[in-house]
Amino acid sequence: MIYLHIFWVFFMTNMLGYGGGPATIPLIQKEVVDHYGWMTVQEFNEAFAMGNALPGPIATKMGGYIGFQEGGWLGAFLAVLATVTPSLLLMITLMGILYKNRTSPRVKRMTAYVKPTIAVLLGVMAFQAFFDSYVQISVVHIVILAAGSYWLMEKRKVHPGLVVLSSLIYGAVLLS
Amino acid sequence: MKQRDIFIAFFRSSMLGYGGGPTTIPLVQKEVVERFKWMDNEEFGDILAIGNTLPGPINTKMAGYIGYRIGGIPGTINAILATILPTIILMIVLLTTLKTFKDLAWVQGMTRGVLPVVGVMLAVLTKDFLQSSVKGLRWATVALHVIAALFLIEFLHVHPAIIIASLLLFAFFKPVKKETTNKKKGRSS
Repeated sequence: MIYLHIFWVFFMTNMLGYGGGPATIPLIQKEVVDHYGWMTVQEFNEAFAMGNALPGPIATKMGGYIGFQEGGWLGAFLAVLATVTPSLLLMITLMGILYKNRTSPRVKRMTAYVKPTIAVLLGVMAFQAFFDSYVQISVVHIVILAAGSYWLMEKRKVHPGLVVLSSLIYGAVLLS
Repeated sequence: MKQRDIFIAFFRSSMLGYGGGPTTIPLVQKEVVERFKWMDNEEFGDILAIGNTLPGPINTKMAGYIGYRIGGIPGTINAILATILPTIILMIVLLTTLKTFKDLAWVQGMTRGVLPVVGVMLAVLTKDFLQSSVKGLRWATVALHVIAALFLIEFLHVHPAIIIASLLLFAFFKPVKKETTNKKKGRSS
């Protein structure tokens, strides 16, 4: 049953996630944390931080790790299979039809209509992360970590891996 | 030879890119168009546009499709494995190790330290999705969508899957007003 659930979660979230891998993150969180209770929000956020610190697509890393945690290597394989194959098969088999309709407003607006809702889901997750921080550590630390990481990643274009590593060291030294 | 090139192209573009699939697309383009010359820029752009009309991660769709075009089904599997496998294994090893030591005080400190950074990453993604929403729809429409989604999800606890599925059906079946819609699209794209 667990294998069926793993497959279903990653199949469903990836069929609804318009806008690439990041769009699927809040949908995955909803299923994995709220519905199935496989991990806490905290654990999910740690996995997301680690996923963002490492290179490569985010959706398959989350799928691989969560699948592995719940169902070993077979679980990881099924989660990744459910993440990758459905949309890829659609792309390969429907290439001709999609190519003809690639400028159709109907097809274009499908992605456009979904994006604001995805933004809301991501915004709620961001709020949740800051709120959880607020419960655990002082506001001064939150401001230093948040402003510092924003400045480094967005303004200085420092690799997120280095930023995550710095925050881990900061936490180990000052927040333990 | 060909399979080796496919592996190199997708392994390199995936390992050098960070920040999720969409940000690594220029690196894939560099390998596929400029280095290995499997297709020209225009064709790559078309494939990307088509990939974006389908759900799911963009990077694996691109890798899988281009791999298929160049090397058949083995090419597909090769390109996808090169894109995702190394980082999935790294992810599992690192997080499993971290979990083993999760009771140590300094490891707990680490998880506290990373949380605000996660908040920033999610806030930046939120901003990105809002910005690209405004490219496809008008400001007022986006604002309406945001308020409605927030209300449905947070106060009425409607499952987001239901909202997204309804939006997709609506987008697909709503009649297209030829004149105005085309003009709007033309201006925004």
